[in-house]
Amino acid sequence: MMRERYLNGLVLVLLFAVPLWALINDQPFTITLATRAAIFALAAVGLNIALGLGGLVSLGHAVFFGIGGYAMGILAYHAQTYTPVMEIPFVIDGTKSMPVIWLVAMVTSGLAALLIGLLSLRTTGVYFIMITLAFGQMFYFFSISWIAYGGEDGLSIYIRNDFPGLNTLVPINFFAICFTILCLVLFINGLVARSPFGLALNAARQAPQRVQTVGLDPQRLKLAAFVLSGVITGLAGALFADLNRFVSPTMFSWQTSGEIMIFVILGGTARLCGPVVGAVVFVMLEHALGGLSEYWQIYLGALLLLVVLFARGGLVGLIAGRGVAHD
Amino acid sequence: MTDPILATHNLQKSFGAVKATDNVSIDLYPGEIHAVIGPNGAGKSTLIAQICGELKPDAGRVELLGQDFTQTNTLTRAKAGIARTFQISALAMEDTVLQNVLLGAVGAVGSPWRFLRPVFADKALHSRANDALQRVGLQDDAARRTSDLSHGQRRQLEVAVALTLEPKAFVMDEPMAGLGAEGSKTLTSFLDGLRDEAPILLVEHDMDAVFALADRISVLVYGQIIETGTVDQIRSSKAVREAYLGSDT
Repeated sequence: MMRERYLNGLVLVLLFAVPLWALINDQPFTITLATRAAIFALAAVGLNIALGLGGLVSLGHAVFFGIGGYAMGILAYHAQTYTPVMEIPFVIDGTKSMPVIWLVAMVTSGLAALLIGLLSLRTTGVYFIMITLAFGQMFYFFSISWIAYGGEDGLSIYIRNDFPGLNTLVPINFFAICFTILCLVLFINGLVARSPFGLALNAARQAPQRVQTVGLDPQRLKLAAFVLSGVITGLAGALFADLNRFVSPTMFSWQTSGEIMIFVILGGTARLCGPVVGAVVFVMLEHALGGLSEYWQIYLGALLLLVVLFARGGLVGLIAGRGVAHD
Repeated sequence: MTDPILATHNLQKSFGAVKATDNVSIDLYPGEIHAVIGPNGAGKSTLIAQICGELKPDAGRVELLGQDFTQTNTLTRAKAGIARTFQISALAMEDTVLQNVLLGAVGAVGSPWRFLRPVFADKALHSRANDALQRVGLQDDAARRTSDLSHGQRRQLEVAVALTLEPKAFVMDEPMAGLGAEGSKTLTSFLDGLRDEAPILLVEHDMDAVFALADRISVLVYGQIIETGTVDQIRSSKAVREAYLGSDT
């Protein structure tokens, strides 16, 4: 659907233009807000693969967000304290290199998604929701009890990690990194949605019996989607920790899982840029209404209610109309 | 006589005290349409579920091309060449007609693990899918959303998906269900031409279609095959008339 393509383009142009405007007008906080929106959008794009394409209502995606965050936190903490992460059976040092941290975040969150997916995908419906929520809470309480890395207080990082050729302490540079990754992941997401895998996964969500009778395993397809989803959300977690230079158990909390899901539903499930729209609207509301009342989520709840009741395709669906997923 | 493509031997399946299939032996030869008829609750759907691997029999065997598939699942049987259609259309309703048929093509080629190349760019898949659509007469509806199709068109699409698999045997569960007289006639004519491609095990309530198509008919009543024979043999069978067809058929 061309209309949705234009909308997607417009959303990304706006997300890119606002920090540029803020740079010209010396508004670094606005750049940070845009970076926050881009990172949230990335996390939600990850969830959208599992939820939108695979129909997997995961209430535990904060696990991967948190793992990505702690991957960054632990590696950077050891880099700043010049202590090894581990010495036995071999020495692993900390690092300040963003690409290395991203790789570790993606691999660890991918492995976690594989294990959680293998167990969770034995169930469906409300049981799947509950089991993913349970995993989220397990990781949450584990991180609270992990005193070596700050326990309940979390872990502050006093450095901004490095990216070759860029001063990452400059807000617009860090935004550029996050925005580029978001665009790259969206591009890959669009390809995946149109690939044989995306076709089969989408069918597995709608008619698993049919998928089986053409000789494809819907469970394996969903597991692959869950892992891919976890990898992307983990990467977002690493960037979020770098943005705040702080990680805490909150990243693992069920509220974080809920927020990521809100981004997707608000923007439009299974719509390519739905998560981006959802995350941007969320950050805007958080900023605009957060100053008026600490209970600003009341208004978010009302908006979500309206979207769910009157715009089943989310805000993107409301504007672009009904469309084939990811067109 | 050649060996059967598909065969069951003494299949048994009970649910509690109810014997849904009781020593059911049935076979399907090349070029044949073998219909299974029987009243509601006779065990036809349970029989199909066991043949296609959705249910494990309590006893007995399912063979495809002489090979024992009893302990295998639906996936293995589908890959081996059993293509089924459903009584209630099991299609991806949000997808287009072409996407549904492409799914069959992806399954046939066994290539779902390609992530970055658009499925529409794969000419081999496209050609297989378009060929199937053309054969069932849905080529002009390729871009339509499946949920927008009529009931009859969905039945045609079910058959098109099965065709993409180039199967060894078709197992069709009431393909005429819900079709009007015209739709039923069209599909009957189509299935008649399909038997040369692969034999069809046809579970059907539409007796006109069954009598027009079937080379052999098996009558299933209370989980047991009470008679197997040609159309004329079944028509003239007293046992079948009493149990199922009635006296005016």
